[in-house]
Amino acid sequence: MELTGADIFVRALQDEGVEFVFGYPGGAVLHIYDALYRQDKLSHILVRHEQAATHAADGYARSTGKPGVVLVTSGPGATNAVTGIATAYMDSVPLVVFTGQVPTNLIGNDAFQEADNIGITRPCVKHNFLVKDVTKLAETIKKAFYVATTGRPGPVVVDLPKDITAQKATYHYPEKVSMRSYNPVQVGHAGQIKRAVSQLLAARRPMIYTGGGVILGNAAAALTRLARTLNFPVTNTLMGLGGYPATDPLFVGMLGMHGTYEANMAMHHCDVLLAVGARFDDRVTGNIDKFCPHAKIIHIDIDPASISKNVKVDIPIVGCVDNVLNAMLTELGNNRQQPDTVALGEWWKQIDEWRSRDCLNYDRDSDRIKPQYVIETLYRITQGDAFVTSDVGQHQMWAAQFYKFDKPRRWINSGGLGTMGFGLPAAMGVQFAHPDATVACITGEGSIQMCIQELSTCRQYSLPIKIINLNNGYLGMVRQWQEFFYQKRYAMSYMESLPDFVKLAESYGHVGMQITRPADVEGALVEAMKLKDRLVFMDFLTDREENVYPMIPAGGGQNEMILI
Amino acid sequence: MRHIISILIENEAGALSRVAGLFSARGYNIESLAVAPTEDPSLSRMTLVTSGTDEIIEQITKQLHKLIDVVRLMDMTEGPHIEREMMLIKVRAQGENRNELKRVSDIFRGRIIDVTDQTYTIEMTGAGEKLDAFVQALEPGLIIEVVRSGVSGIGRGDRSLKL
Repeated sequence: MELTGADIFVRALQDEGVEFVFGYPGGAVLHIYDALYRQDKLSHILVRHEQAATHAADGYARSTGKPGVVLVTSGPGATNAVTGIATAYMDSVPLVVFTGQVPTNLIGNDAFQEADNIGITRPCVKHNFLVKDVTKLAETIKKAFYVATTGRPGPVVVDLPKDITAQKATYHYPEKVSMRSYNPVQVGHAGQIKRAVSQLLAARRPMIYTGGGVILGNAAAALTRLARTLNFPVTNTLMGLGGYPATDPLFVGMLGMHGTYEANMAMHHCDVLLAVGARFDDRVTGNIDKFCPHAKIIHIDIDPASISKNVKVDIPIVGCVDNVLNAMLTELGNNRQQPDTVALGEWWKQIDEWRSRDCLNYDRDSDRIKPQYVIETLYRITQGDAFVTSDVGQHQMWAAQFYKFDKPRRWINSGGLGTMGFGLPAAMGVQFAHPDATVACITGEGSIQMCIQELSTCRQYSLPIKIINLNNGYLGMVRQWQEFFYQKRYAMSYMESLPDFVKLAESYGHVGMQITRPADVEGALVEAMKLKDRLVFMDFLTDREENVYPMIPAGGGQNEMILI
Repeated sequence: MRHIISILIENEAGALSRVAGLFSARGYNIESLAVAPTEDPSLSRMTLVTSGTDEIIEQITKQLHKLIDVVRLMDMTEGPHIEREMMLIKVRAQGENRNELKRVSDIFRGRIIDVTDQTYTIEMTGAGEKLDAFVQALEPGLIIEVVRSGVSGIGRGDRSLKL
């Protein structure tokens, strides 16, 4: 039977097992919206801005491991989605974004709501497709999902001209696709794995540094087994939190610019570094010339281009991190080489000494609300089991430092692109995927206003997100840099004319609270969590000039932290 | 160091812009780029001349590989290879210059393919260096127009880039 392009689109998504499409209608996608209207398998979630559609799909994808799906119209619909696509690209999140396009005969004519979606998105997608033939539509959709979810995941854009969605073709959804130009590596090189294990066993001051790849590659269990077998210290990047249980004694905290003293010192002094699914980002390495000066580096990554990009590595292993870590465990079982337990004992003594510096301490007796205290309390009350999304800035760093993630896919934040406005729409995607779970969005009064319109979406779908607004009246991270490096010239980093967030929340039909005293923090959080079916906007007026410590200033090595 | 990278890429709209975009986004140099379909019309072959340290060239080849449309690639300069470029050059050929230009062109094995009473148009192939040398051998005032194809390269003997 022949179907229109719009119906093929809907059938293909159904056959792909898609649950939710996050989107916003417009002229170029009206045939598709009509086809969506005539079916009831797919749920379409109407956001209030296309950026939020991509972030919501992104939150869905990060919290489930399944691809997020977005549908937006041509022109401004697509350009609004670009920030969200770039966010997903930087953090390797599988998204399939369908953009409307003007009819093929008008492409290139500066038609109404026309933009070159393929050209605009090209630098921030894993791949993109323009569908010019309705008979290729189903196959192209299959390819888009295949590319987005395999290898190093990432967003894929499919541009759909309006006339294609009206033309007819026979529907056939391929079960599998193969592409001669795309065959991601699965298994690591056996010889390299042997060499790596031998190097690990010879280590006197080892360190395991893991990133978002462990989460994307579902390798948390294998990583945990490997670290425990070896009794090696583990640090996670911002993107890697939850990849190793934060409450485990081998965990030394996050590393990098705002990482713990013990994690950064251990990185600086280690003699063998095992990097897993991490990309040696500048926020991790600090000054690259001073990075891990004593270490032999082993790097496992699915993306060969990530290896030796910033830091030259000694033993590269390309492959799925889960496969490689399991192969390493097997090899460890076969290898007769004995680890240097005496040296390892000394190393742990040294690490414990660094730990005793208690670098995340803060003034617990203050009469102002300390943002760290809010997050510690949230952690306690949710028993460490909430999904936590964040926006970008100081609150993001405090959330990463003070909420201890024991499981992967619980910590959802824009690490690579650093997109303010990410937190609330991402929380929506997470809540759709996990309707009964506690979803907390930790944000600030700057970030939350970048996608505040989504409070309306939350109302429409009754999403009981708990928004923790750490309101210090400043763009806190900008202000912190200005305090440290610009002699306190606070250029444009203050937030004047803030809305009354309580009334704002109420006007959208939600519950609003304002908390001004430390003694009320716990009570407010407990009360909010009890409102299981309501969105609660908690506006915490926090200490205005609190800073994030430790901090590696620009140009500093990992052993050159500013400590409290 | 100068490298010649040959790429087999899906012959699809936009494939060229993916390669060009990669180079501009990551700040790599492109000295020349030549593209045309191969005997298999679904594939195009690109020859790209770039330069950089070993680390940069390694990144360039990895990043090119990462493009979904790139099927296969080879750094020609890593092994024995043949490099050719074609040039069309139009020169002012009047009076005593006319004979001199013919002689120089012959020395470089150029072929005069168009003649008017004012001009010669010379066709020449060779490695880039040879074409540079020819251009330098001419009096600058005589050159009207230079068109170069960009470098093409192929491996010697058994060394080949194919599916």
